[in-house]
Amino acid sequence: MNLIIIAIVLILVVGLIAGVLLSYASKVFAVKEDQLFLDLRAELPGANCGGCGYAGCDDYAHALANKNAAEPVPCTKCAVGGPAVAAKLAATLGTTAGDVERQVSFVACNGTKENAKPLYEYSGRVESCAAAKTLFGGSKECPYGCIGLGDCVNACEFDAIHLCDGVAVVNPDVCTACGKCIKTCPQHLISLKPVSEKVFVQCSNKDLGKAAMAVCKTSCIACRMCERTCQHDAVHVVDNVAGIDPAKCVGCGECAAKCPKHAILDLAKKA
Amino acid sequence: MSFTKMILIIISMVLVNNYPLAQFLGICPFLGVSKDLDSAKGMGIAVTLVMGLASIVTFPIQQLLLSCGIEYMQTVVFILVIAALVQFIEMFMKKNMPALYTSLGIYLPLITTNCAVLGVCISNTEDYTVAAVGSFGAAYVYAILQGFGGGLGFWFAMMIMAGVRTKLQDQSAIPKAFQGVPIILTTAAILSLAFMGFSGMI
Repeated sequence: MNLIIIAIVLILVVGLIAGVLLSYASKVFAVKEDQLFLDLRAELPGANCGGCGYAGCDDYAHALANKNAAEPVPCTKCAVGGPAVAAKLAATLGTTAGDVERQVSFVACNGTKENAKPLYEYSGRVESCAAAKTLFGGSKECPYGCIGLGDCVNACEFDAIHLCDGVAVVNPDVCTACGKCIKTCPQHLISLKPVSEKVFVQCSNKDLGKAAMAVCKTSCIACRMCERTCQHDAVHVVDNVAGIDPAKCVGCGECAAKCPKHAILDLAKKA
Repeated sequence: MSFTKMILIIISMVLVNNYPLAQFLGICPFLGVSKDLDSAKGMGIAVTLVMGLASIVTFPIQQLLLSCGIEYMQTVVFILVIAALVQFIEMFMKKNMPALYTSLGIYLPLITTNCAVLGVCISNTEDYTVAAVGSFGAAYVYAILQGFGGGLGFWFAMMIMAGVRTKLQDQSAIPKAFQGVPIILTTAAILSLAFMGFSGMI
């Protein structure tokens, strides 16, 4: 009986000491957390899935609360929380969720089996773009283009990107802009574009004229026709590849119509 | 208290009695956090710290339990103390070492009730009893060394595992049935077999 009492007392004493020590420590070692960060974090689901592209919900809440950020962080990044969480975050931050435009990924290559010539037939045991890239820069003649073995498809957790005819294509309705495909693509072809943007340059070929023409039917040859056609100063050819500035683009589609190689995609006309 | 014995303790904990590979303790974080070298390094440092500090704190408590005649309370008391200790370490780190906290603070809650930490504390009390060693001071030093050594061994094993897993990252060469956790467990088993080569050395 004596032993049992000693045991109980000991546990109580150890527990009490630990409790007192910890509560004292929590006061002494208290770190003042930004209240805004705490409020935002409370609204996030807490799954720490990383779908937003940040390292867990804490990291996303920190990014949102960061008032010194160069660019405002969109409230719509949480794929798990969806529009409901985006609205709550926006309310806490004092903006509306609609202010921040939803973005989706876009693959800047149209090197389908029909357009781009293969350099060699790849029959490796390892079906990976990163692996194929180590062999002369990929199985298509164009060294900048989509290798088409699906590293991005495997990386996508939302089933938003698929291989169509040897080139990766993003489904903008499903894409959550988490950024995994962007990190995975060894050719760095994928980037984020606002979902309202309808005109895209489907080429990343940095070679000029003849060299670009030799490797693909729809490559950008840097003829600058689009740059000259655009009335809104939205198209510029940088590094021998045309690029459209989404801020200035109005979606008229003139550049797409004028491009001699049909390298610019106009979704409005296609539909 | 011989210097040779101290070196042998470290070698024993890192190679011969390696916690995840030879004693099969602490497999959870070993498999979970060894995905890339940076997080493995962070986890390894955190575990070394916790194992060492836990050994420092629990060894005297064991003497207290012995003197009261309630050795059977060891498991409960140790868990209580280790959990409180890790909470304390986390708070201390958050306040005083914010850089260190951001890099490995998130692992601390994961190792609070890690069986390897409890394992090292209990094996300290079994291997280095005051009666066997002679003096409390010597036994205490050996116990602390065993604690830190256990952590170092854990860190070592995690770095090897992280290296192998980085190489295995491209999963398409692995049969479908083995992709994911099965191949990781198989790898751990092969590493374990490799470390068996050290058994009996000390």
